[in-house]
Amino acid sequence: MDFNVNLFVQLVIIGLANGALIALIALGYTMVYAIVELINFAHGEVFMMGAFLAFSVISYSGVTSKDPTFQIVGIAILAFLAAMCFSALINVGIDRFAYRRLRNAPRLAPLICAIGFSFILQQLAIYWKGANPLSPPALIPTKYRTYNILTEWFSLETKIRIRPLDLIVFGVTIPLLLALSWFVYKTRTGKAMRATAQDRDAAALMGIDINRTISVAFLVGGALAGAAGFIALYYNNTARPTMGFRYGLYAFTAAVLGGIGNLNGAVIGGFLIGLTWSMSDGFMKDYIPGWGAQWTPAVIFGLLVLTMVFRPGGIFGEQTAEKV
Amino acid sequence: MATTYAHISPKVSAGSEGQEPKSKENQWFVVGFILLALYPFLDAFAGIDRLGSWGAIFVYVILAVGLNIVVGYAGLLDLGYAAFFAFGAYTIGLLTSPGSYFIQQGWVPEFLQHFWPALALSWVVAAFFGVILGAPTLRLRGDYLAIVTLGFGEIVPNFFLNADKITNGTRGLNPIAKPPSFTLFDHTVSFGPIDQRNWYWLILVIGTFSVLMIRRFHKSRLGRTWMAVREDEIAAASMGVNLVSTKLWAFALGASFAGFAGSVYASYFQYVHPSNFEFSVSVTILAMIILGGLGNIYGAIAGGLIIGFFDRILSEELNRPVHWLGGQLDIAFLSNHDVKQDKFLVFGLALVLMMLWRPEGLFPNSRRKSELHPETFEERMHEDQSMFETRDTDDHSVGERV
Repeated sequence: MDFNVNLFVQLVIIGLANGALIALIALGYTMVYAIVELINFAHGEVFMMGAFLAFSVISYSGVTSKDPTFQIVGIAILAFLAAMCFSALINVGIDRFAYRRLRNAPRLAPLICAIGFSFILQQLAIYWKGANPLSPPALIPTKYRTYNILTEWFSLETKIRIRPLDLIVFGVTIPLLLALSWFVYKTRTGKAMRATAQDRDAAALMGIDINRTISVAFLVGGALAGAAGFIALYYNNTARPTMGFRYGLYAFTAAVLGGIGNLNGAVIGGFLIGLTWSMSDGFMKDYIPGWGAQWTPAVIFGLLVLTMVFRPGGIFGEQTAEKV
Repeated sequence: MATTYAHISPKVSAGSEGQEPKSKENQWFVVGFILLALYPFLDAFAGIDRLGSWGAIFVYVILAVGLNIVVGYAGLLDLGYAAFFAFGAYTIGLLTSPGSYFIQQGWVPEFLQHFWPALALSWVVAAFFGVILGAPTLRLRGDYLAIVTLGFGEIVPNFFLNADKITNGTRGLNPIAKPPSFTLFDHTVSFGPIDQRNWYWLILVIGTFSVLMIRRFHKSRLGRTWMAVREDEIAAASMGVNLVSTKLWAFALGASFAGFAGSVYASYFQYVHPSNFEFSVSVTILAMIILGGLGNIYGAIAGGLIIGFFDRILSEELNRPVHWLGGQLDIAFLSNHDVKQDKFLVFGLALVLMMLWRPEGLFPNSRRKSELHPETFEERMHEDQSMFETRDTDDHSVGERV
């Protein structure tokens, strides 16, 4: 079987875009884990809720692709911000209602609680919009442009197709990542977060309000998940109540792969998982012909298990003195 | 000597986890068994017609008591328990279903292609995979262990889904061997689709057998080492408990009962499909034992019966009153609502509310309860060892707690 370069290049683009999404979700896992050592199992559902709210806002506004561009962009920005706020509020709300009371309980109590919330949120989403997949109104042109860079440079017979959607994914994700980096490394609150992650008691002794800092971590993580929800709604052109489970666990795998608690690691892990996802979707069925074609969950969860068992500190090892 | 250590004896000597005296416990056990065994007559007499649901509920109870070994006794949070359920179901499926690759290749000896040998083998196969999947998790801490088991729990059904050459993939396996009929007091006892009553008793007997076995394990030396490991791994190890074999036994035995449940389930429904073993199944079973009370086999049974009853019976029965109420109050949401959909909301709420308000469960094991509700200052100092024993020794929240 010939190696299909064209397919490979296309899969790389899909993988990177999906990876950017996963990175946004993974950051929420990793920040919360760094500070409260909790695997926030409901995080995937928080992301799903963001997608659902974005869908609601856009379909409520009744905007279509025939409307003037500024109107479409305005509604999209509104939906984007609304999704971020909504997810952030859900995340903080869960923390306030449940996790905070379990802060001194054995570590598995909040984890079980989080699993409970993940089921509750999924069910609420079903009440809200039904169990069937939602398809958002088409607002973004689907025309793609073809580039022949690889043919010119490396004389590979391949064309790169880039949709406006791919550009939007990166155009939204990269500024968010930069903003997060600025927030964590340059602001006072970010410093408080890093201090709390390093040593909660010492941070408290230095006068840092621990509960507030933890809430901020949940808030920021939730907002990023909401942003990812908006992007996923359009990138996959669908949203369904069960989407949070898969994306959530893939993002968690990304966080583990990058070393949980490590922000840069989570982003790199996100891109790695995104690429693994698209490659496995694209190629696995060719390499094991005659078998089923849905190997991706097994591949990614296999990666999760291998990382956790053999490199629990992530692929970059334990050199994460600063966990956030 | 005995008097010298009298001041520490209350905690040390509670070897049987402070359960009721043996004879009383056995009396209740027999009474419960007889009541359940007589239920089919009530069901027929009162025209309830729910025996089919109870068969499925008992399968879930077997799963709950099996998971209770791993999570309740040994304190290892297993989020992928449905994988072993799948191994059990696919063992009997592959051994006895005409659609199975193994059968078509003629690899299965004739004597194995029947219900009872396949049931026994599914027990062994599930236990084997319990060890295989348990071994890599041995050195992991509580929450990492949970996630790794979750990973296995997703990989296994995904494998069965994709290995369609062997497992028929999304088409599933059907039919599957039934228990052979036999003659009892001139009555032919057969297990066809209409013989709900015989199925009910069969699953009840298999369930009771499992519970009796688990009770023996719990009271054995092995059972005591499980609890020692759960309470304090380091202390247990320094007392000479072999952590590796203790945990592996917990995984193997816990998984083996899921194998039992899986093969009975497959034969009962005559169908095996990968979607029967999703994550939600693992969480449902976890909700059962958390609701009932971790570490108490009767709690696990009660939790399994309660959640199974809600899942299979109550949610269907509630539809009519809810629709009626919706009609009366003119609320469209209620009058079109299918209560069966709500089950995951209820399971999720059960997990959250139990963790917040009653982490020891509805029917707690007395020692566990005392761990979770420390009464004295000294006990509170040791609180971080409670329940699952997962906190690191250098845990930074110890200071806040005291």
